[in-house]
Amino acid sequence: MARAGTVYTETVVHAAPAAFAEEAPYQVAIIKFVDGSRTTARIVGERVTIGDTVTEAESLHNAPAFRKDGA
Amino acid sequence: MRKVAVVGAGKTAFGAFPDRDLRSLSVEAGRKCLENAHAIPDQIEAFYLGNFAGPSFTGQNHLAPYISTALGMKGIPATRFEAACASSGSAFFHAVSAVMAGIYDTVMVLGVEKMTSQPTARVTEILAAAGECSGEIAAGSTFPSLFGMIARRHMFEFGTTRENLAAVAVKNHENGALNPDAHMRKAITLTQALNARIIAEPLGLYDCSLISDGAAAVIVTTLERATEFTQKPVQVLGISQASDYLALDQKEDITTFPAVRAAAQKAYDFAGLGPQQIEFAEIHDCFTIAEVIATEDLGFCPCGQGGPFASAGCTRRNGSMPVNASGGLKSKGHPVGATGVAQICDLVQQLRCEAGDRQLKRHSVGLAQNLGGSGATCVVSILGRVA
Repeated sequence: MARAGTVYTETVVHAAPAAFAEEAPYQVAIIKFVDGSRTTARIVGERVTIGDTVTEAESLHNAPAFRKDGA
Repeated sequence: MRKVAVVGAGKTAFGAFPDRDLRSLSVEAGRKCLENAHAIPDQIEAFYLGNFAGPSFTGQNHLAPYISTALGMKGIPATRFEAACASSGSAFFHAVSAVMAGIYDTVMVLGVEKMTSQPTARVTEILAAAGECSGEIAAGSTFPSLFGMIARRHMFEFGTTRENLAAVAVKNHENGALNPDAHMRKAITLTQALNARIIAEPLGLYDCSLISDGAAAVIVTTLERATEFTQKPVQVLGISQASDYLALDQKEDITTFPAVRAAAQKAYDFAGLGPQQIEFAEIHDCFTIAEVIATEDLGFCPCGQGGPFASAGCTRRNGSMPVNASGGLKSKGHPVGATGVAQICDLVQQLRCEAGDRQLKRHSVGLAQNLGGSGATCVVSILGRVA
C-alpha cells in the first residue's frame, strides 16, 4: 500500500546539482509518517506547504516521491 | 591537563584564484603563520590538516604530508581531518587536545580548500556528499536546499522572516567590506538581498556563503611556553566537538542543532564561562538561517528569537553581541576546509587588537562555532586574551 504522511518542511531547488540540472526547479520535502519516522522525498505534481497531507507516488530516480492529496 | 595557547596565525586572502593550487595556498598560509609565531619548521612536532574534499576538487589525495613537507617539516606525524565544513575546526580540536594531554608541545593546524577549479554544478554535487547520499541527496537535495528546509520550518514555528535572514547578510557584507582579505568586499542593501535570484526557497543568493579558495593556519603550544614565540599569546579557554545524524530527516527537530548545543555547553563548562561572558563571536553562517539558529543554540538569545535578534542590530559590530566582524562565510568567503582555522585566526586578530577598521571595543573573550554539514559535526572554541 502507498505510504501516506504530512509535509514537515519543504523547499524548491532552483540551483540543482549536475545530475538533476534539467529538472530544476523541483520541490523536495521531508515527509512525516504517523509512527513519527520521516523521509526526504521529491514532490511530484502540485506544490505542497507545511502540514499538507501527501501520498506516495511512483519513485523518481530510485528515490521516494510523494503527491499532494486531492490534487 | 595543560593550558594551551595559540601563538601564531596566518592566512591567505579568500577568493577565486585560478592560478593558485591547493598546495601553494597552504604553503602561503603556513609560512605566514610560522613567521607570525617567530617559529621555524623544526619546532613543529605534528601537523594537523583540515580539508573536506581536496581529492574530489583537485584529484590529489594523501594531502597532509603533501603539504607538511612543502612547508619544510620532515618526518613528523602529518594527518588529515575530514568533517565536512568543520574539517579544520576538528583538526584544531584534536591538536589542542594533544597539546593539553602532553603528547606534543608545539603543533601546526592548517585548513585549506581549493574549490573554484570546478563548475558550480559539480561543486554543488561535491558539497552535497556531506549529507546522506543514499537518502536526502538521492532525492535531489543540495546544501542550500537542506538549509532552505530548515529555514521554512523555523519560519513556520517562530515567525522568522526573509527580512530577518537578509539582515544577517547585510550585516556580514558590511563587515566584510572592511576586511582586506575577504572574497566579496562589498556592502549590500536589504532590498538587494531580498530581490536576489532564488537558490533554494526561501533562500536567495545573498543567503548563501561563497565558493572560495583559501587557506589558514595557526600554531598551538602550551601556555607555559607561549612567550618563547610571541608577546601576544591567546589562551584556549574552552573547546569541544560534538556530533549528530548526517541526514536532516533523522532529526527530531530541525530548528535547532543539538551538536551546537552540546559542544557549546561543554566548551562553556570547560572555560567556566557562560554565554553572557562572551564578548564577540565568529559563527558558521554557511547560510543566513544557520547564523540565526546558532545565536539561539549558543545562548546569545532565546530559542526562536534569532531572527528579531539580528534585525534589531544586536549582532552588528556596535551591538551587544558582535557576530562575524570578519564578514563571516557570507562575505569573507567559505573555502570549506579552511573555515574553522580561519575563524580562529579572526578571533586571534580581534583579541590581539589587530583587526584594523573591524576592531571591536570589547575584545578579551571570543567564541568560534564551526559547523559540519547540516549539523552532524560542531566544534566550539572559546579563546581569551592573556592578561
